[in-house]
Amino acid sequence: MSITEAPAGKSVGHSLRRKEDPRLITGRASYIDDIALPGMLYMAVVRSTEAHANVVSIDTSSALGRPGIKAVYTGADMSDLLAPLPMAWAPPGVEIKTPERWPLARGHVAHVGEAVAMVIGDDRYGVVDAAEHVAVEYEPLAVVVDVEQALEDEILVHESLGTNKAHEWTMGGGGDIEQALADSEVVVERRIVNHRTAGAAIEPRGVIAEYRAGGLTVWSSTQVPHLVRLFFAVQMGISEDKVRVIAPEVGGGFGGKLQIMAEETLCAWASKQLGRPVKWIETRSENMAVSHHGRDQVDYVRMGATRDGRITAFHANIIQDLGAYFGLLTPMIPELGAFVMTGCYKIPVVRTDITGVLTNKFFTDAIRGAGRPEMTHMLEVMIDQLAEELEMDAIELRRKNFIPAADFPYETPYGITYDSGNYEAALDRALEIVDLDAFRAEQASLRSQGILRGIGFSTYTEICGLAPSRAVGPSGFGLGIGLYESAIVRVHPTGSVTVYTGASPHGQGHETGFAQIVADRFGVDPAVVEVVHGDTAQGPMGLGTYGSRSLSIGGVACAHAAEKIAQKCREIVAHNLEANPEDIELRNGKFSLKGDPDQGMTLGEVAGCAYIDATNMPEGMELGLEQTLIYDPSNFVFPFGTHVCVVDVDAETGKVRVVRWVAVDDCGPAVNPMLIDGQVHGGVTHGIGQALYEQVVYDERGQLITGTFLDYALPTAEEIPSFETDRTETKSPSNSLGVKGIGEAGTIAATPAVVNAVIDALRHEGISYIDMPLTPMRVWQALEEARGRGDGPRATEQGVSLPPQGEGSAGSGPTRPEGGAA
Amino acid sequence: MIPGEFDYVVAGSVDEAIGLLAEGGADAKLLAGGHSLLPLMKLRFAHPSLLVDIGRISELRGVDTGDDSFRIGAATRHADLQVRDDMGLIATAAKQIADQQVRNRGTIGGSLANGDSAADLPGVLLALEGSVTVRSRDGERVIEAQDMFQGYLSTAVMPGEVITEVRIPALTGYGYGYEKFNRRSEDWAMVGVSALVKASGGVCEDVRIGLTHMASTPLRASAAEDALRGKPLDAENIAAAAQLAAEGTSPLGDLNASPEYKRHLAQVLTKRALTTASAA
Repeated sequence: MSITEAPAGKSVGHSLRRKEDPRLITGRASYIDDIALPGMLYMAVVRSTEAHANVVSIDTSSALGRPGIKAVYTGADMSDLLAPLPMAWAPPGVEIKTPERWPLARGHVAHVGEAVAMVIGDDRYGVVDAAEHVAVEYEPLAVVVDVEQALEDEILVHESLGTNKAHEWTMGGGGDIEQALADSEVVVERRIVNHRTAGAAIEPRGVIAEYRAGGLTVWSSTQVPHLVRLFFAVQMGISEDKVRVIAPEVGGGFGGKLQIMAEETLCAWASKQLGRPVKWIETRSENMAVSHHGRDQVDYVRMGATRDGRITAFHANIIQDLGAYFGLLTPMIPELGAFVMTGCYKIPVVRTDITGVLTNKFFTDAIRGAGRPEMTHMLEVMIDQLAEELEMDAIELRRKNFIPAADFPYETPYGITYDSGNYEAALDRALEIVDLDAFRAEQASLRSQGILRGIGFSTYTEICGLAPSRAVGPSGFGLGIGLYESAIVRVHPTGSVTVYTGASPHGQGHETGFAQIVADRFGVDPAVVEVVHGDTAQGPMGLGTYGSRSLSIGGVACAHAAEKIAQKCREIVAHNLEANPEDIELRNGKFSLKGDPDQGMTLGEVAGCAYIDATNMPEGMELGLEQTLIYDPSNFVFPFGTHVCVVDVDAETGKVRVVRWVAVDDCGPAVNPMLIDGQVHGGVTHGIGQALYEQVVYDERGQLITGTFLDYALPTAEEIPSFETDRTETKSPSNSLGVKGIGEAGTIAATPAVVNAVIDALRHEGISYIDMPLTPMRVWQALEEARGRGDGPRATEQGVSLPPQGEGSAGSGPTRPEGGAA
Repeated sequence: MIPGEFDYVVAGSVDEAIGLLAEGGADAKLLAGGHSLLPLMKLRFAHPSLLVDIGRISELRGVDTGDDSFRIGAATRHADLQVRDDMGLIATAAKQIADQQVRNRGTIGGSLANGDSAADLPGVLLALEGSVTVRSRDGERVIEAQDMFQGYLSTAVMPGEVITEVRIPALTGYGYGYEKFNRRSEDWAMVGVSALVKASGGVCEDVRIGLTHMASTPLRASAAEDALRGKPLDAENIAAAAQLAAEGTSPLGDLNASPEYKRHLAQVLTKRALTTASAA
């Protein structure tokens, strides 16, 4: 990866070093736990040890008597809250049974880790000690953990709802799915489990709230500071002008901080009671238990085709494990995937049936990709399954069904309009890099040495750039608020620039990429363009960072605001040069006269006119160079590409190792190629993690087994290959920069590539499918079954009784030692 | 991830540590590298009242190389051992403990005192037939490896005793192999196998096999050893011996490995470790 210097005014397209990095890598960044306020108190949360129970009593007296403890509150104390925690999706015409979720339980707990009390004191250690002295008496209730068992409604997660089935949602297009499948020459069916994962940001969540003089300031490790402010106004009845929310440096989110957190309310409410700031920093154990999880679907999938490989029908029946409550978007997640159900292919008849089901586990919500990885997994795995059934090369099957480049913009049977695409080009480029003939020769030679090498492809497209409001907002898909993004571009009197964005980065590199976009519109060095974010007191309403939306919405907002100012600059320069504004162009860092580039003004000189001299301006023009702008695009964007995974499977142990990864992504013209590479590296790692290593597991009693990084196996650098990335560039007509998102693409593409590669390695053994995660034991069990021994892979589902945990180690080491530990 | 309240004191010498430990009572614990104890404290699974820090006692750190043995100070770090290729098997195993940050802190004495059957060094000590020297107010005694590991996280080290030294034989003339199986490189062993083979004219004169995480304590694969001893060291005999590697074991199942899978792994890894050891 080369880091390049860029000529003035032409920084876009160059891999400028990240402006964020010096402070981050020298430890000078200020994360939430680095912030301390005078008089600050600390909060610890008492969390349910039961997966399902009535709370009979809570005795706080012993905890209150401990040194330094200021208060202990339970749900009964917080009756003045005006609203429960929000779920922001109300699709027109769909009934959703929403269980009320309060920051502290009100007599009933429905998952392990549910908050039942908070302890406030003047010492961080003391509150944790005191929390152990809050005596909670539970009356345990029957627990339902398995999502398909929950669907039977024999055990209800919330008695008051009368059912665990929270909602049903159906979308169909192109005709009757049953008829289309019946008419298909070949139908392939699979039950695919897409298991529960964690976001596992390296910085856990954290909050500081300070209520003072009728106003509330909240620092939160969040992806959505403006939404948090909006919610506080609703929930605590404080007008928005009196609420300020600040997202300081945020150490990763992955969707886990796209949430209105119970702990935000707890800190704010407690601060109001006690008149002092209150801080809460999530522990890693809490993060694993009560930062929302992702995925967790059981999918029944059918794909129909003609014998010669034309896909004729595709049906997905998705059973979504919602967990015990709803976060901000919980029931909406699988629906987001449905929008790209047909992927890169022309599939005439499609249907998606989604059933949302409550269980006694923590809630699922958006984790990197949110619905799209699950849907892409189904589709891309099924393509390989179909190819095997048809005895056809899986790449040829893909090509045969690709939407041709000439057909864009392309409307899918669901009425979604893909903006642009050239799937063949990305696949061709990937194949050039891979050299499939050489691979097959190598595969054969390694097989004779007991190494089972396999290759897997995933040709994906996804929907991102979440906006436009008319499509996703209250009158469209039913989100509680339109999705757009704001920007302020402010040129200072000497020609440096401050940009405020309503996007809220937490690792992405907006400070660099957005600075490049703005700098080029003024012919200045990105070094003098400062990008500010994450503070509701500094900029207008913004929607935050998630769904690969920042560049194509927020970045475009910055571009448009800068372009408006640049136009004003041209008018000011024209006035000074006694020329027409149309004759002024940006050249070599100056707004100069066409044909006579020596005549012109730099941005600093223009700013001098607008702010300092303040007299030599065109007649009637307002002073200053500043623009506020809110951008709402006309359509989504649809990035696409081809990912290729090569794995080695140890034939004796079943262990899978990823040995090569080729990613060719198309997210439109690159603003900063290095930032794209970084997102692809992280995104693919996230997907490899799910495919091979990571799984959140609850046992049949609803206890979380994978509560630490010992057991929740995040891959490390040692497990991940060096990535080979490349790009094609197909402009999006959805925005003036032609850009698409890239933050989730790797994650969306990756899991089927891994599964397809493992199956490619094992097909000669008679294995055609294994559910993720492809752990060594599961692969070995599949091999044993294929060799006529054993019952096959252990089930993936939650709530299956496991061998005794007490002394064993789940993953790596002893996590629940009995006596004599240490 | 916030431990309960405890007292902390730094010991300047082994004798001082012994005194502090004795005065601290039943809930006093020694702290060396802290890579087993501190995580348990942060998870609030362990609640020591007093930590006696022995990590800065210089007499406890370092390796004395003798003619036919090595004397390893109890507070010697894994990172010190991983670079000692002259020490053979133990250096190879030390290289594979967790990750470098852990190896920079973790100590051999701490690992053996913790007695985790999933940890690397207990099984290695067993295969090497080394010993552990402990000291208390009552004096010094030596615990042979075969007597050291008594149950799940339970060793022959008594309350009030401090491990001062670990002795391992040089085993000149032995080839060795170490096979560790885990999901991620930094994980504990799902199963691990240490193998030492002494060959004479292509025949196995002696063989020792240590098994990691195949029961609540590390074990020797005696049946496999007996099957190979005295036999020509060819692939067939090695494979036949390895088939017996799980005899007499009682592995515990967990999320990632059933007992059946662990027995299978023990066989595969024993074959591999013996093959490496025989080739040396």
